[in-house]
Amino acid sequence: MQLSSELIQTRPRAHNVRTGDFSRDFVEEISRCQDEPKWMRERRLEAHDAYQSLLMPHTADDDEWRRKVDMRTQDYWRRTKRNMRGFNVDDYNPAAFSALDASETPASSGITKTQAESNEESSGVIAIEDGSPVESFVSKETERKGVYFADLNTALKERPDLVRSYFMTKGVTTETQLRSGNIPLRNKFDALHGAFWQGGYLLHVPKGVVVEVPLRVFIALSESGHADLSHTIIVADADSKVTILEEQVSSNGGVAGFHCGAVEIFAGQNADITYVQVQRWNQQVWNFSTQRAIAGRDSRLCWVSGTLGSRLSKLNQTAALEGAGSNVQMLGLTFTHSRQHVDVSTAQEHIAPHTSSDLLYRTVLRDRSQTAWSGNIYVYPDGQHTDAYQKNDNLVLSDRAHADTLPGLEIQAHEVRCTHGATAGPIDKEQVFYLMSRGLSRSQAEKMIVDGFFEPVMDRIPLDSVRGELQDSITQKLAAAK
Amino acid sequence: MSDELVIEDLHVSVEDKPIIKGLNLRIKQGEIHALMGPNGSGKSTLSNALMGHPHYEVDNGTVTFNGTPILELESNERARLGLFLAFQYPTAIPGVTMANFLRMAVSSVRSESSNGSETTELIPMREFRRELRAKMKQLGVDESFARRYLNDGFSGGEKKRAEILQLAMLEPKVAILDETDSGLDIDAVRIVGESVNQLIGPNLGVLIITHYPRLLNYIRPEYVHVLLDGRIVESGGWELAELLEEKGYDPIREKYGIAETVPETDGEAEESSAFRG
Repeated sequence: MQLSSELIQTRPRAHNVRTGDFSRDFVEEISRCQDEPKWMRERRLEAHDAYQSLLMPHTADDDEWRRKVDMRTQDYWRRTKRNMRGFNVDDYNPAAFSALDASETPASSGITKTQAESNEESSGVIAIEDGSPVESFVSKETERKGVYFADLNTALKERPDLVRSYFMTKGVTTETQLRSGNIPLRNKFDALHGAFWQGGYLLHVPKGVVVEVPLRVFIALSESGHADLSHTIIVADADSKVTILEEQVSSNGGVAGFHCGAVEIFAGQNADITYVQVQRWNQQVWNFSTQRAIAGRDSRLCWVSGTLGSRLSKLNQTAALEGAGSNVQMLGLTFTHSRQHVDVSTAQEHIAPHTSSDLLYRTVLRDRSQTAWSGNIYVYPDGQHTDAYQKNDNLVLSDRAHADTLPGLEIQAHEVRCTHGATAGPIDKEQVFYLMSRGLSRSQAEKMIVDGFFEPVMDRIPLDSVRGELQDSITQKLAAAK
Repeated sequence: MSDELVIEDLHVSVEDKPIIKGLNLRIKQGEIHALMGPNGSGKSTLSNALMGHPHYEVDNGTVTFNGTPILELESNERARLGLFLAFQYPTAIPGVTMANFLRMAVSSVRSESSNGSETTELIPMREFRRELRAKMKQLGVDESFARRYLNDGFSGGEKKRAEILQLAMLEPKVAILDETDSGLDIDAVRIVGESVNQLIGPNLGVLIITHYPRLLNYIRPEYVHVLLDGRIVESGGWELAELLEEKGYDPIREKYGIAETVPETDGEAEESSAFRG
């Protein structure tokens, strides 16, 4: 196993942990300390300008995350706002990488064991804890094929041109994004991310290369008060194929944390990407992420999101089908309990003709938890022969849990097939009775029904071990005391 | 001593409407009974109440299984005692494979520990697979059944065969077959009938609940009972089934002065449409 300790030691560090310092000066300092190219410093500063000009969404009067103005949406938005009240960005330390002491060996990190085990079945592993890489491993075969896989700060040094062309230029940006006829989106968290990003990774798969075994990424928060601002860039060139599994975990108990992330995925012509992100932060972590995938001509993307952790999550996921014939599948699995709040907005943007997308988000709620899914299919004027589907199903296990579901269509082409649907309700009593009549106890029956409900999403997660971990989390959540 | 299901003076209501009005019946392990009755006579109410469906309210009477009163028991405890219901309309459970479900079910009913233990020890996978394969072969069920989601997208005939496969795997002492022949064409009835015949023996008591006598051509009962307006009005042997085959329920209705009841299902449909109106 090749560790990146070398890399950690050579990295210059910012001087202090500076809780709540989201100043312009600190942006400059971070960039200078890491010896970043001028263009990156400028991008950080531009983002910082945007950050300063925007209000935190939960304190703003203009509901910038709100997509449609109707009563249902307002109710749903009020809920998110209310649950955001406990969040204060000043409680967190932006340049988390500074915390890694040079004397600290990677072995002391809470996640290293997991990676050591995972190397056996991986083409490459990157582990980042509190913004700093603690492991970076690429198999010889993967390297020989010309695949580039490294933490983003390293990539900025080794592959500056790649980073420059993909980093927050066409995927997630701090510019105002105008969706077809929609309310402009501009997100203060994206701006914060652009200014203070740290960690994350770049994966580049060259033309025609097929990576058989999944690549793995672990992003961990361990120290209290850290902000993880990791950035994911996945670039699969023409005719390539890759599977990547990214897990976000709290490696050290229930300490408070803040994740402000961005994911950018680029599928080249006829490329095939499976991207799985499993979020299992502890319940003290505020989780914000904007994610955008751009599907090129005839490309295929299978995008799976598992959301189990965090105190509050706000995800914004967009699949832009820019290339004719591209196909995107979006699958979501969310399980909330206690007072967790998960709010997911999805968009399937059919920009080119003959594109197809299929979304299935399944949510199970317990206790007093709350979830919201609002999904839109946009078909642009050129998106003729679009075939788009979206479905959100919610299994509400408690009377006090609340699920909002807001499917939507906006179609500007005439030859399209778009369908959507949503369901929300308790576990079917007939199903419970049926299983109990065969000898299963009530809780065994309910567990089996929940597992079955998640099966279509679970089925798409490529590694048994990861499915097993997810399964364990689900089992724990079902068994957790109310 | 063989196990026995004893029903005494059972009264069951659904949404405060009395359906079963004083029913008595004893079924021993190894015996085959048929309970025949027209629509609306209370057949499905009886089977659901015996299995403990929460929708059915037992107002009076006792049911014991091998001496143990079962009406206060949860459905899974009844199953663990050896009672089985083959449903008229088996519920689909998407995402749960027949194999996973059956392994859990078989492990639960066979486990020694007291009811409701959350840590049912699963029977070893190899042992389970071997057994499942053998039972599938015996019943002529395709092996692909094991990988399919429970009753999800099954045809009418497949659902009933799946119920019989479960019966075979769970090895109950008394099985109730609730209108197992309904909705099947004659070939499917024959296949299901032959499957049940395979399982019949000294260790299995069977209560076949049916409207039509046609399933009885394949599974010949020793005892035939006629259910009318929530009570067993006649009991006899095979000749009673033949009489029903020939003349229908009208002569018995006339004899007991019971007017034709509105079929259960139609009644429900009318009720709900009145509700909407």
